[in-house]
Amino acid sequence: MNEARAIPRLLHLEDVYKSYGDKLVLENIDFAVRAGTFCSVVGPSGCGKSTLFRLILGQEPADAGRLFVDGSPVTGPGEDRGIVYQRYSLYPHLSVLDNAMLGRTLPAGFAERRRRAKEFRDEAMRYLERAGLAAHADKHPHELSGGMQQRVAIAQALIKRPKILMMDEPFGALDPEAREEMQLFLLELWEAERMTIFFVTHDMEEAIYLGTRVMVLSQHYTDDRGNGAGARRGARVVADYELPSAVNSTKVKRSPEFAALAEEIRRIGFDPQVLQHVTEFNLRHPDSFQTLRPEEARDPREVA
Amino acid sequence: MPDAAAAGRPPGALLAPLRRNVFLGLLPFLVVAAVYLVASHERLAENPQDKLLPSLAQMADAIARLAFQPDPHTGDYVLLMDTWASLKRIGLGVGLAALAGLLAGINMGLLPRVRSLFSPFLTFLSMVPPLAILPILFIALGVDELSKVALIFLGVFPVIARDLMMASGQIPREQIIKAVTLGASATSVIYRIVLPQVLPRLLDAVRLSLGGAWLFLIAAEAIASTEGLGYRIFLVRRYLSMDVILPYVFWVTALGFATDWLLRQIVLRRFRWYAALGGG
Repeated sequence: MNEARAIPRLLHLEDVYKSYGDKLVLENIDFAVRAGTFCSVVGPSGCGKSTLFRLILGQEPADAGRLFVDGSPVTGPGEDRGIVYQRYSLYPHLSVLDNAMLGRTLPAGFAERRRRAKEFRDEAMRYLERAGLAAHADKHPHELSGGMQQRVAIAQALIKRPKILMMDEPFGALDPEAREEMQLFLLELWEAERMTIFFVTHDMEEAIYLGTRVMVLSQHYTDDRGNGAGARRGARVVADYELPSAVNSTKVKRSPEFAALAEEIRRIGFDPQVLQHVTEFNLRHPDSFQTLRPEEARDPREVA
Repeated sequence: MPDAAAAGRPPGALLAPLRRNVFLGLLPFLVVAAVYLVASHERLAENPQDKLLPSLAQMADAIARLAFQPDPHTGDYVLLMDTWASLKRIGLGVGLAALAGLLAGINMGLLPRVRSLFSPFLTFLSMVPPLAILPILFIALGVDELSKVALIFLGVFPVIARDLMMASGQIPREQIIKAVTLGASATSVIYRIVLPQVLPRLLDAVRLSLGGAWLFLIAAEAIASTEGLGYRIFLVRRYLSMDVILPYVFWVTALGFATDWLLRQIVLRRFRWYAALGGG
């Protein structure tokens, strides 16, 4: 075990495998995420991003490997991981305020809910105010736009002060304008709170713009097992970049460095013709590591 | 050769916005009423003793007698007594079926093992024609209230339970996972996340099963009873009392219609989000 892995990280995955029936989806996933990181995960559609998301949540068990959140093995969904989905994050039968309060009211018994109603309400209102939604507290989710719904969903998750905020394509259903607005909102929130965010997206620009770290998950790579007809490969982390903390301007999206990185990720992650060897992956991020089995790389060069 | 312009014309009636036209809705009622009144008038003009198509006045007389004058032998107001007896049976039967159906449906919808255990049995049960087991119910439970309530229950419960099972099963898994990350226990997921979301669906299921429930009720009352709307209709049939039968049928229909309307109003007012999302 090298030095980088000895330091406990907030999120730690090692040798994680997942398959559905005959289809191997995730293969030998290794990475760690330290507190305060805005970690984007990007990859071609169907590469297993959402599967990885579900494994970290504990919604499904991994076939093999170890997953830790803050040192404890993941056994199921828990209060230390907040979620924002693309859809279905909100409960249609509850008002915006009731949705935002759920993190307080759900664990409370009937008597406690009555006794602390005002306290819960005030706390939820503070979160809604920060999301700019105080005026909509009494509406139901179906009366809000997609962007506003996602703001409520974020407020709803944040009231629990989760160790990690898990987001699965949270802005995927929004129109470009609302999407950009939400990206800024999320960045401001992240900077103010120094949260740890695990952000899954298929939109490369979004991943690079938001993340202080971008992990590329892809099934397009090769190793010493060759590319015969029987080759059965699941997605891996094929690249892992540390990026400067994003500035609060969308102008950076038009800079040449931005374009060059997007181009590189597109080539190594999204182009099925480009097959990097497992030992060539760019895993320069300090929290990145890779364990290879002998048949994958006969001369394993560990990348720290 | 069809006219090219006519063939290409957009089907205007299909594209027009859906608006309720009250007059169009009333028209069939008016036509049926008019046809009845004319036919009744013709028959009574030919033979004033004719009982088949009584006039409005004759029906009003019969109803006044049953509704507003106490029965000379028992002192009961017959229509009131019949209505109360029938509503009690149908209310009890449908109410119990709704409660049981809700519990069974939610459990089967959320818990795969419970579903595996009961789903085939429930599907089988729902295929049993309830009227065919009415004799069994009479034999096993006696001819009193219990067997009639049981018949309604058995007829309605499988339908409601299956519908609620589907409704609970359709609740996105994401919602349940998210509730757990917000600190919900299994109980609070069921009672605070799932139950309130399937309640309007329960009301809809009850609305749809009311027609069947009335059928079972009338059938049970026709066979063995001493009071009730169905009992009265089949009793006076012996005297060809169409002047009682027709208003009674109309009354039963009105009761069903009013219940349906009431439940729909509850869904529209209490569960506005449900109606907005396409239910109701």
